[in-house]
Amino acid sequence: MRSNTPSSERASWGLKLAAWAGLLFLHFPILIIFIYAFNTEDAAFSFPPQGFTLHWFSVAFARVDVLEAIKLSLQIACLATLIALVLGTLAAAALYRRDFFGKEGISLLLILPIALPGIVTGLALLAAFKTLDIEPGIFTIVVGHATFCVVIVYNNVIARFRRTSYSLIEASMDLGADGWQTFRYIILPNLGSALLAGGMLAFALSFDEIIVTTFTAGHERTLPLWLLNQLSRPRDVPVTNVVAMSVMLVTMIPILGAYYLTKGGESVAGSGGK
Amino acid sequence: MEASLKSRTRQPAHGPLHRLANLLYRKPNLYLALLLVPPLLWFGAIYFGSLLTLLWQGLYTFDDYSMMVTPELTLDNLIALFRPANYDIILRTLSMAIAVSLASALLAFPIAYYMARHTTGKTKAFFYIAVMMPMWASYIVKAYAWTLLLAKGGVAQWFVDQLGLAPTLQLILSIPGVGGSTLSTSHLGRFLVFVYIWLPFMILPIQAALERLPPSLLQASADLGARPWQTFVQVILPLSIPGIAAGSIFTFSLTLGDFIVPQLVGPPGFFIGSMVYVQQGAVGNMPMAAAFTLVPIVLIAIYLSIVKRLGAFDAL
Repeated sequence: MRSNTPSSERASWGLKLAAWAGLLFLHFPILIIFIYAFNTEDAAFSFPPQGFTLHWFSVAFARVDVLEAIKLSLQIACLATLIALVLGTLAAAALYRRDFFGKEGISLLLILPIALPGIVTGLALLAAFKTLDIEPGIFTIVVGHATFCVVIVYNNVIARFRRTSYSLIEASMDLGADGWQTFRYIILPNLGSALLAGGMLAFALSFDEIIVTTFTAGHERTLPLWLLNQLSRPRDVPVTNVVAMSVMLVTMIPILGAYYLTKGGESVAGSGGK
Repeated sequence: MEASLKSRTRQPAHGPLHRLANLLYRKPNLYLALLLVPPLLWFGAIYFGSLLTLLWQGLYTFDDYSMMVTPELTLDNLIALFRPANYDIILRTLSMAIAVSLASALLAFPIAYYMARHTTGKTKAFFYIAVMMPMWASYIVKAYAWTLLLAKGGVAQWFVDQLGLAPTLQLILSIPGVGGSTLSTSHLGRFLVFVYIWLPFMILPIQAALERLPPSLLQASADLGARPWQTFVQVILPLSIPGIAAGSIFTFSLTLGDFIVPQLVGPPGFFIGSMVYVQQGAVGNMPMAAAFTLVPIVLIAIYLSIVKRLGAFDAL
């Protein structure tokens, strides 16, 4: 688009170097995690690694505590994503075209859980659960996660709604479709990939969340909490490294998927930040 | 129209659904209300209710001897925030948040600038994904990666030794307020981790602000005789301020509320987040923890009112 404008200056060497060095800085620690997961040593702090092995993968995925933490995190992420999909889509459908009193307040309320620090959301939920005598557990974790995942789905879906021309819906009704058929054959297929993208991002966000979870988890141990607890126990380093790499993959792959699903529009998947 | 609708609603399998969908299409206010009820219930009752509970419990009394919380209202917790020890915690966190925001802006700018003005098509997409992936990659694993990097005998040490920079590093680590005994227990180490983790949140808003910059403005500036650096200082930089301000909202507020990174890397000494965590958990003083959460809320509110003037909200 901008290629025909005389991009007057070519990028100077300094700028080019700074940009690529910045990317390297962003990816280097991730690379380290990938390297260390295959390290042969048990005290894996030494660099460069002495050798590579797949041995620790079989050790890590045979451990009951690891498997339980993975299962719990997957369960929570699925439930939180489902709730976020429903609430986020409803909110986006309500807010995208109509103007009404309190609209700004509602959109602010949706953003608040990610705009305020996690400790505030976490402690607030804990205070409320304690007041209501609700025992912390899977339920309370899901409530916390769903609360901050809604805005991710909302952002993706509302961007898609704005890009979909309303005349499509009117045309469908004019051509004799009823409300349900219009929803089923016009609105839903249009939203499909935005829902999928929003859902994937919400899943990744929930799978990785640790700050709110610390307050709402009670005795449950999600995978990030397991990892954090593990960091104070140096003897398990190889297992920790393998799990760390797996968590990294689970959180990075959805962003690729979401990117391909939403590309070609102004909608920027996940631009709302964490 | 009415007739054709009726003929279709007679399909037996979807009868009620079809009738409901048609009713909703004809009554937009009912439709809107039905859409809004579930999210409003969730956010109004669960989330907003929790926030109010939290603020209210900040006024409860905590008895130091019995370690019990009683619902007698007091302002003692709020006043206690201004004790020197707590004041230190607030100042330590605040100065880190500001330093991290400044450094992130400096590091992010060239990347964002290159992305926005010197890449097209595939390269732009590559850069975009290359910034998004580390942004979404697991927070706790990124923090863990840095404990590996900064550890004694770790990756950073190896590079420093290979480049013969060990004496320089020792010199930097001996500066009070910046250094510490080793890289992983120094302020510098903690600062690096924070900058690393929040950097992508700064790159994307700046890049978006620079993308919106009309090329005609730059041509006009050049036509009027400005040299490239003059155009940069007088046109590009001022117009990218909203993007920088928007990015700094993330770097500032995320650093302000963090308690995991300060726990993993850096010298002892609490951050606001660690204080909240310890008061609530180990001490069991929920009222003090609740009062402490007011600090980031107030600081962020002040910060937002400042960056709003810089146009940050239009660049979000």
